Amino acid sequence: MNRSNPPPRPLRSSGGEGKAISRKLLAAAAVAGLAVLLSGCGLANAPIANPQGPVGLAERNILFRAFGIMMIVVIPVFIMAAWFSWRYRATNARARYQPNWLSNKVDAVTWILPALIVIAIAVHVWIFTHALDPYKPLDAPAKPLEVQAVAQDWKWLFIYPEQGIATVNEIAFPAGTPLTLRITSDTVMNSFFIPALGSQIFAMAGMQTQLNLLASEPGRFVGRNTQYSGSGFADQHFEAIAMTTEDFDAWVEKVRQSRTALDEAAYTELAKPSSKVPVTYYSSVEPNLFAKIIATYDSSMAAMAGQ
Amino acid sequence: MFGRLTIDALPLYSAIAAGGALITVFGTLAVMAVITWLKAWGYLWREWFTSVDHKRIGIMYVTLALIMLLRGFIDAIMMRTQQAIALNSDGYLPPSHFDQIFSSHGTIMIFFMAMPFLTGLINIIVPQQIGARDVAFPYLNSMSLWMTAAGAALVMVSLVIGKFSTAGWTAYPPYSGAEYSPGVGVDYWIWAVLIAGVGSTLTGINFIVTILKKRAPGMFMMRMPLFTWTAFCTALLMAFAFPAITVVGVLLELDRVFGMHFFTNGHGGNLMMFANLLWIWGHPEVYILILPAFGIYSSVVTTFSSKRLFGYTSLVWATAAIAILSFSVWLHHFFTMGSSANVNSAFGIATMIIAVPTGVKVFDWLFTMFRGRIRFHVSMMYLIAFIVTFVIGGVTGVLLALPPADYVMHNSTFLVAHFHNMLIPGALFGYFAAVNLWFPKAFGFKLDDRWGRRSFWCWVIGFYLAFMPLYVLGFMGMPRRMEHYDTAAWQPYLVVAFIGAVFILFGLIFLVVQIAVSVKNHAALRDWTGDPWHGRTLEWLTSSPPAPYNFAVLPKVESLDAFHAMKEEGTAYQRPERYEDIRMPKNSAFGMIVGGLAFVFGFAAVWYIWWLVAACAAAIAITVIIRASGDDTEYVMTAAEVEAIENRRFADMAKAPPPDLRHVPVGVPGAPVPGAVS
Repeated sequence: MNRSNPPPRPLRSSGGEGKAISRKLLAAAAVAGLAVLLSGCGLANAPIANPQGPVGLAERNILFRAFGIMMIVVIPVFIMAAWFSWRYRATNARARYQPNWLSNKVDAVTWILPALIVIAIAVHVWIFTHALDPYKPLDAPAKPLEVQAVAQDWKWLFIYPEQGIATVNEIAFPAGTPLTLRITSDTVMNSFFIPALGSQIFAMAGMQTQLNLLASEPGRFVGRNTQYSGSGFADQHFEAIAMTTEDFDAWVEKVRQSRTALDEAAYTELAKPSSKVPVTYYSSVEPNLFAKIIATYDSSMAAMAGQ
Repeated sequence: MFGRLTIDALPLYSAIAAGGALITVFGTLAVMAVITWLKAWGYLWREWFTSVDHKRIGIMYVTLALIMLLRGFIDAIMMRTQQAIALNSDGYLPPSHFDQIFSSHGTIMIFFMAMPFLTGLINIIVPQQIGARDVAFPYLNSMSLWMTAAGAALVMVSLVIGKFSTAGWTAYPPYSGAEYSPGVGVDYWIWAVLIAGVGSTLTGINFIVTILKKRAPGMFMMRMPLFTWTAFCTALLMAFAFPAITVVGVLLELDRVFGMHFFTNGHGGNLMMFANLLWIWGHPEVYILILPAFGIYSSVVTTFSSKRLFGYTSLVWATAAIAILSFSVWLHHFFTMGSSANVNSAFGIATMIIAVPTGVKVFDWLFTMFRGRIRFHVSMMYLIAFIVTFVIGGVTGVLLALPPADYVMHNSTFLVAHFHNMLIPGALFGYFAAVNLWFPKAFGFKLDDRWGRRSFWCWVIGFYLAFMPLYVLGFMGMPRRMEHYDTAAWQPYLVVAFIGAVFILFGLIFLVVQIAVSVKNHAALRDWTGDPWHGRTLEWLTSSPPAPYNFAVLPKVESLDAFHAMKEEGTAYQRPERYEDIRMPKNSAFGMIVGGLAFVFGFAAVWYIWWLVAACAAAIAITVIIRASGDDTEYVMTAAEVEAIENRRFADMAKAPPPDLRHVPVGVPGAPVPGAVS
């Protein structure tokens, strides 16, 4: 190695490179910080950060809890990345240089620490996946309200089997009452989601999925399809309204006043592709319509849909 | 005669589509005109297109990747622009167009940017790192390249003739079936993916055999550089995962063309089968994209910390664990499809387990920096940005792997932010770091440092601005793939995301400028010695660029970091008493012919021109048979020719200016002393 020649004219002074980097790191950190601060403003009203029912609340809490557990590993990583980059920069002659440094102890820790974190979170996965199973009926004193949801291009049909009514793009239910949804599709795969209340689940033709939700207080929430399904997808949202029991009974009466019945002809018309469909009420519904919709794709599934 | 191809296939239905088609056509013609004007067709044919040299093939792969990066980015900035303005408005892109754009963006970035990028890097470097002269199957290698190019060409042609798919890059049925997507779009997707997939499957097989059978004497598996280990695991994933997408693509095509019912609504079809098969490929695929980047980061951190890799054995086992486990987690891509809590939990826990070896890797890179002497080369800056940013993406990944959390986050922009957080700072920054690291090896001169830094900062700042708002939007309930929306609260975040896209645009522009400036200044940036960064692994032993045969004498390996050990012993630049003849594979048009025929085959299949499909299939079969039966596949480089090349190499080393050793610590061997001969 030839050190006898004088070093060539430096392109950057030895301290300068470090300073230039730290100035830029500061600028980048400022940008990142700004991005984070801006986020804070939005999160206060975000439906998933601010859920309106116990299912959504449990899901948000598990998000935050897992995040917290992971910070045990993540924050040291950030600190080490910053500290090692700074301290062991080549221009820092005071730092120790150990080119062949190995350590079995540290090696073991690099396996054990992530493993412990993962085990802790995995336990949560088991417990909370079972607790928050969309098919699991909710624990509440009131008797569940059953609604059947059918995804169409590009709207949602809601059938109330017990009340014998149906609506398009508006689902109402009493607050504090569990909402048991049975969901299918009369078109491609969709996904039923009311962000403020929690869990989504796919809607698939010839099949029935189930979802149990609950709104703690009365309120109006946005619901939508989250699975891209064609040109009307962006407009495929609906209103989900949690009401007091009296208001809900009044609403059912209002729907019963509608002059339109959802018979086979009306259904065939409704099922044609359309978007930005206004809220529509049907005072009566073809018997077993939901089962029949499933049966058009799979007669064996329709038998199960009755349960 | 022309199947279902008619004049209506031209994109005259919209100004933007017509514009895109014109740019594609004129761009292609312009490039061809320049080549003609430079009279370079002969040179390109002889030296590049018919080459079976892994280094040339690799460079062509990376070139394809960079071109498709620009194309895929145009899709991205068009979407960001649309979403920034489309509050209670239709914006400037109707759904039919926006939906093609999000589909082509994902398809191009995964299949025609990231895959060729990593395949190219593996091609250029791995044979050198194991002390080999070439891959095990050079003709197959050429065919893989041209099959990939054929797939990319099909996607580009869809801009000019017909339309592309609107079913997203994963083409879920029944939307992607004949009933709901009767046009040619999904067929373009299927054939582009199937044809490129054949290329990737063959590359996987090629590198499994190369790494197992072509290592230099003494290069035991546990002495291979980490990049070769990750390439090996990547090759295993390619060979074993791609069959799944090949099968599912064929089945979907059977549904579409012959009215079969694998995935249709009704008649016994079941879309869930598609989802399962697709993601059995899809999850290993994302590890195919990331593992080479992990290997690159290991190369970068050791070279620029002037330090041995911490935890080599752990890193090898971690890589192998990640590769095997990647086949066990596919269901986490559809937790919301209605599986039971037991099933969802099992896959959620399996996904958590993969986080362990990944965490090990991050720690091991950090501990490699510890007590090193860090030079902030552009690749090192990418490494540090990667460690910080990728970890954020890893956290969001673990969050999504919790089924109840996924129930609220699936299909939202939170998911989009997560996977871009993995792909950009993870995979793409790794590939950029590799370019800055290995460019001199490939071309003989370094890349300009200043423009590299400018590009880096634009990419990092752009990434944060473009994707952090998407995490927030996920919490605000915004789904992905929205062509317009009516929630005013979302817009400010989408505007910030658009600004991020503009930063990334500059990052790309500066990347192009970096290459242009480097070419212009190539004399001043010349790498005379082959070892511009004081590297540790065998690719730095060859000249820059390497001779066609890489090593005149195959190196004898005695330890990990073989080149570093040789420099310490003083045996790195020994010259043998005598040189031997070297047998090299001859150039061949085989790969290009098969690729070209595959392109025509795919195009004909899309447009139902069945006679042409049959003719191309027959022609491909005949070409393969001819090539496989041919005996005239080698030529000999005589010992005299080899000696002449080696003499020039040592003369170049002697011409090298004194190495810049200001930040290279005492004890790290520098370049050879000029004129010294062992």
